[in-house]
Amino acid sequence: MFRLDRQDAGLLVFVAVITLFAPILLNPFAEGSAMAQFNAGYPDLMQRFVIFAIFAIGFNILFGLTGYLSFGHAAFLGIGSYSAVWMFKLLSMNVIPAVLFSVIVAGVFSLVIGYVCLRRSGIYFSILTLAFAQMSFSLAYSVLTPITNGETGLQLSLSDPRVLDGKTTTGALPETNLFGVAMNDTLSVEALGRVWQFSAGYYFCAVLMLIAFYISIRIFRSPFGMMLRAVKSNQQRMRFTGLNTRPYALAAFVISGMYAGLAGGLMAAMDPLAGADRMQWTASGEVVLMTILGGAGTLLGPILGSGFIKYFENIFSKINDTILHQWFAFLPDGLENFVVAVIYPFVGKGWLLTLGMLFMLVVIFLPGGLIEGAQRLRKLFARTPTGAADRRAPASKPAE
Amino acid sequence: MAGAGLAMPTIFTGASWAQTDNYRNKPTGDTVTFGFNVPLSGPYADEGADELRAYELAVEHLNGQGDGGMLNTFSSKTLDGTGILGKKVAFVSGDTQTKADAARATAKSMIEKDGAVVITGGSSSAEAVAVQALCQEAGIIFMAGLTHANDTTGKDKKANGFRHFFNCYMSGAALAPVLAKLYGNDRRVYHLTADYNWGWSMQSSIENATKAYGWESVQNVLTPLASTDFSSYIAPVLNSGADVLVLNHYGGNMVNSLTNAVQFGLRDKQVNGKNFEIVVPLYSELMAQGAGENVRGIVGSSNWFWQLQDPGTAAFTKSFGTKYGFPPSQAAHTCYVQALLYADAANRAGTFNPCAIVEALEGFEFDGMGNGPTLYRAADHQCFKDVLVMKGKENPANKYDLLELVEVTPVAQVMYEPDNPAFAGGELGTCNPGA
Repeated sequence: MFRLDRQDAGLLVFVAVITLFAPILLNPFAEGSAMAQFNAGYPDLMQRFVIFAIFAIGFNILFGLTGYLSFGHAAFLGIGSYSAVWMFKLLSMNVIPAVLFSVIVAGVFSLVIGYVCLRRSGIYFSILTLAFAQMSFSLAYSVLTPITNGETGLQLSLSDPRVLDGKTTTGALPETNLFGVAMNDTLSVEALGRVWQFSAGYYFCAVLMLIAFYISIRIFRSPFGMMLRAVKSNQQRMRFTGLNTRPYALAAFVISGMYAGLAGGLMAAMDPLAGADRMQWTASGEVVLMTILGGAGTLLGPILGSGFIKYFENIFSKINDTILHQWFAFLPDGLENFVVAVIYPFVGKGWLLTLGMLFMLVVIFLPGGLIEGAQRLRKLFARTPTGAADRRAPASKPAE
Repeated sequence: MAGAGLAMPTIFTGASWAQTDNYRNKPTGDTVTFGFNVPLSGPYADEGADELRAYELAVEHLNGQGDGGMLNTFSSKTLDGTGILGKKVAFVSGDTQTKADAARATAKSMIEKDGAVVITGGSSSAEAVAVQALCQEAGIIFMAGLTHANDTTGKDKKANGFRHFFNCYMSGAALAPVLAKLYGNDRRVYHLTADYNWGWSMQSSIENATKAYGWESVQNVLTPLASTDFSSYIAPVLNSGADVLVLNHYGGNMVNSLTNAVQFGLRDKQVNGKNFEIVVPLYSELMAQGAGENVRGIVGSSNWFWQLQDPGTAAFTKSFGTKYGFPPSQAAHTCYVQALLYADAANRAGTFNPCAIVEALEGFEFDGMGNGPTLYRAADHQCFKDVLVMKGKENPANKYDLLELVEVTPVAQVMYEPDNPAFAGGELGTCNPGA
């Protein structure tokens, strides 16, 4: 199928089915039950899952294959968002031109930045990309305020030209749409005590994520992908054999920059705002975490990692002490307060603490990321003769 | 609750909007959900934590627990501790990380997942502007927390958004006459300004307001937001011929720049035959605590202060102090008041329909909330009330007693027309009920 071998095709179909039924799968707990807090099946979070999956898949093409650790990829995410919002402001609320433009602009920027940064490798490369990203952040935050609207973030306004759409007359801001289908259109279905929200924006992002995932598989399996792996394993040897590695690394850098631009453009398409803090170094660090947590250099790892982190950020951060008290209300008062006092530092505002500990555990015990955990589990239960699961040995190796 | 759109219609009576009861997240059970969207991490986490405390207190009071706080002093008497319109108040909270992006994500999850009818909170203008726009699109009411930039109710104002806190223009208008009285006319001013929207509008507000008193700006130097050491910016001040330094900084920036300036001995200098003075346009208790004894004698403006003598302030400070053991900050105050104002507006409107709430809040005049008679202006959804000019205490009794009141600037003096150039450029648009 699509010129993929059976195992890869199976993987693609697996991911496609999961994304298709995500609104149902992510709402396992009945509405109103105590566990409903852990449901993740609402449009905004599902959109974030797939958008950050695209971001991480792209980052993995650079980091997982060539081993170049970029600490500045959030800059391309931000550039993609700004480009998309400008398209919404100037041209049309249709998401197609916005997303295309954001990919192109991010590609151009990554070409320039990559050309400079790839003159060095290893830690020097990382520092250079970090410097560029911080520079972009500062520019967006204050210097380029006429273009980026500074710390407030670039937003739509009623007075924007939007040459293809014409003026709105209702006094309300227009919505981003795909040929008339608004991105925030949501079909709510109540069944089995659960509310399933099928959002148009989510499915638009999901389709693009599947395309991005397919392209990533093809790159992984192509001779070009093999060349990128060679860059990672021993660049010097390749140079000695007379091969110029830089074009390959640059191509990987630009591709991953375009993925980041696509993710940024989609973020703006789902929610037409572009803020400078999207470009901050913490955002660049986040995608590194996602990739390593999921499993760098694997196909599925980045998707898992991004979902994991976004879930923590959006679900665990919302558990406050009132909710904890509700959960443990069955305990005697003193014990209840004690249990809540013990758990509280790890949820709510402590979500980063929990995430950090889990990250450490994964890196120490599962150096190949969550995907390695999944593989170990599979081996444990499937009892397949060794070798079958390791057929794709390069794909399951840890990053460094 | 997320399935509110599919729910049975409920008949309300009273207000005109009650008949059209199709709106987003209509509460169907016996509770109504508020979304408290505050920074629990990031540079303004302290403010956010205090805001959340105030919100939890407000929910208690609305549901009839505790001593009722400002419910007893509020001029509108619809709130009686039985919740709102017969529904108990429930709430969800989220961490905005002091980032506009994250703030929108948490606000969205409150709207889409938890079915919140109102989002309130935030402690930076970037957050406020971003979440306000989101609420406008989603058809939810936004009650802004701590946001001081002019844009929130200026260029970026929205029909579904309301701000109780004061703004840069009001700070400038309130400070200028007091500064002239304290330090005399014909001063030469050196500005250090945080290099982003709020800093710029703060700087221009002060410059415009003090011009009338013959104050002249010698120089305005922009400092990067991430700066932590301002000594290199302070040294040139001495040779510039200026005799006043205005620090258009907030939060950690202000703590550091003020500390640097005081340690350089600027305040002991004599320039042009006058004492050198330092001014901090926006004061907060939390910043004063950070700067410690360096705030002594420094003048700035405030929205509210826990040692005011009116019954509203006394009631709020008492119930906050009883619950948490220390006095509330102005961030806590504005958030508490916003929650109560929303609840009261819903009661008066007879529905949670955002358009009815907007109608109930527009032009609403109230008293007993700690700021004296206050007006929610219909033209831009900004509250107009007295502004406080504060000064760092020379001999503080404890770490909460750092500031003292210099003057209460009456509201007439800080009033401006909605089309004032500092606020021009935006449109409220029409209210959006989200369905």
